[in-house]
Amino acid sequence: MENIIQGKAYVLGKNIDTDQIIPAEHLVYSLSRPEEVKMYGKYALSGVPLPEGGLPQGNIPFVKDGEFESEYSIIVAGPNFGCGSSREHAPFSLKVAGAKAIIAESYARIFYRNCVDGGFVIPYETAEHLNQLVRTGDELKIDIDANTVENLSTNTLFTLNPLGDVFSIVRAGGIFAYARQENLMAQG
Amino acid sequence: MEQTITQKILARAANRKFVDAGENVWLNVDILLTHDVCGPPTFDIFKEEFGPDAKVWDPEKVVVLPDHYIFTANEHAHRNIDLLRQFAVEQALPNYYDVGSSRYKGVCHVALAEEGFNLPGTVLFGTDSHTCTSGAFGMFGTGIGNTDAAFILGTGKLWEKVPESMLFTFDGEMPEYLTAKDLILQILGDIGTDGATYRAMEFDGEAVFSLPMEERMTLTNMAIEGGGMNGIIAADKVTEAYVRSKTSKPYEIFRSDPGARYHSKYRYNVRELEPVVAQPHSPDNRATVRSVQGTKITKSYIGSCTGGKLEDFRMAAKILKGKQVAVPTNIVPATVKVMHDLDCEKYEGETLKQIFENAGCSIALPSCAACLGGPADTVGRSVDNDVVVSTTNRNFPGRMGSKHAGVYLASPLTAAASALTGKLTDPRDYL
Repeated sequence: MENIIQGKAYVLGKNIDTDQIIPAEHLVYSLSRPEEVKMYGKYALSGVPLPEGGLPQGNIPFVKDGEFESEYSIIVAGPNFGCGSSREHAPFSLKVAGAKAIIAESYARIFYRNCVDGGFVIPYETAEHLNQLVRTGDELKIDIDANTVENLSTNTLFTLNPLGDVFSIVRAGGIFAYARQENLMAQG
Repeated sequence: MEQTITQKILARAANRKFVDAGENVWLNVDILLTHDVCGPPTFDIFKEEFGPDAKVWDPEKVVVLPDHYIFTANEHAHRNIDLLRQFAVEQALPNYYDVGSSRYKGVCHVALAEEGFNLPGTVLFGTDSHTCTSGAFGMFGTGIGNTDAAFILGTGKLWEKVPESMLFTFDGEMPEYLTAKDLILQILGDIGTDGATYRAMEFDGEAVFSLPMEERMTLTNMAIEGGGMNGIIAADKVTEAYVRSKTSKPYEIFRSDPGARYHSKYRYNVRELEPVVAQPHSPDNRATVRSVQGTKITKSYIGSCTGGKLEDFRMAAKILKGKQVAVPTNIVPATVKVMHDLDCEKYEGETLKQIFENAGCSIALPSCAACLGGPADTVGRSVDNDVVVSTTNRNFPGRMGSKHAGVYLASPLTAAASALTGKLTDPRDYL
């Protein structure tokens, strides 16, 4: 696993639920057939009301119309990111669109588990109100070993909460890789 | 050490005497539930990780209830049902309820109860956030994603962090105008949509135990809207009578110890509570119906795992009997059984079905339907700037279809009263 994640920030508010991350009407697509998988990238975060997408300015879509990938790889949000349904299609769609990490004040439980156990995106928490300190388009650099994120556009450094217990699952790349590593997969 | 009911159930599933809040434990799973949206990707992961010829850990313990996108022309949705069917055949799953067959049930959380899968003391995981509904039966039920579900399919086990518990006690005798939906919306307004994140929400008190099972299920159903891992109500005589009418399988009843530790305790007197709604766009955006009375609506929707059970329709029928709705009103029974019950159950000489038809409502076939929007041709899906009063569970932007629509979550009484006037209306005006 790489130690540095660097990319442009996409900033959102609080309580971004799974219907905003991937609206239910798109859940019909396969998560394994490549020609359908790309649809998850196209519609990632398409349920966010336009004025609330790409803060503080707003009206910035995560994925441009007609495209399948985002130019933003780090999502910055307020509390309770990923609340709502259990659909794993949500962190999956963010990954397909090109997101590598999320930095939020807190997460809903199922979404957090899905990010970690599915190995899709790294769900960082921070005590900072980072979504008010970072602007969409700012260049961010996450140092995984140091648990920090640097805003290269403003030369400011913030602390991330350590991943704790789940770091070993994140590092392995998901619960299956982890379970094999730890010999937890024996049936029965 | 004294424990909450949730700790005791998880301890049993972990083969331990005691588990402490905050501990990560491996649990033996009693039932894994999945449906048409999350089943196919779960089965893909299962095959990829355990091999193309792998068998599920215990076919009796896998329950597959297609319910989300059933009555639609969407061909990808049909393909997903085919994938469920194919997996059920390959794995010889006895508990698959196929679309288009006499076995089809409808909304999974209600069907689990009807089919006798909810047993006190057991552990249920499901690929749906409202799996917490089953906690009404004194059991542990929670939602998970596809990867975790695939892990269970292969091993019968999953890790979980033992939650701290929050205790919500409702004292007093339930007034006729108040419903379980009002109680849970009251709580959500107090704790917020992340007020119970990673915690158990335990419900207690005279008012809770006076409720029939289906109303108790409305309380536990919306634990997830507070971020809760599970909602739970200890089993009593009402629970046992319901369970015994469905199955002869064994179960074990657990109760919280008097000295069990809680994260926090909330206490309400139901005589002091009023009918409430959750205003757009969040389940915690509570207001009394009286304070928003008169707000114009374009649709009323009575359905879903939260508000599409027989008990919900009994309440709606009381208000709609002999009257005419002023806005399009969808009646969506959660399951086939509920649909048949509408045809048998009578209120003041008319069947519930007749009452709804005579009032001008449209009755749809049982499924999740527009609770979560769904494909474009879904019955009751919100369009444009719709303002919907709905007995469903979630009202984040776009939840019922159009992201420009506003959804007011309400009890069946409030949704029915509002349907009659075309404006948000306190049910006390009609009781």
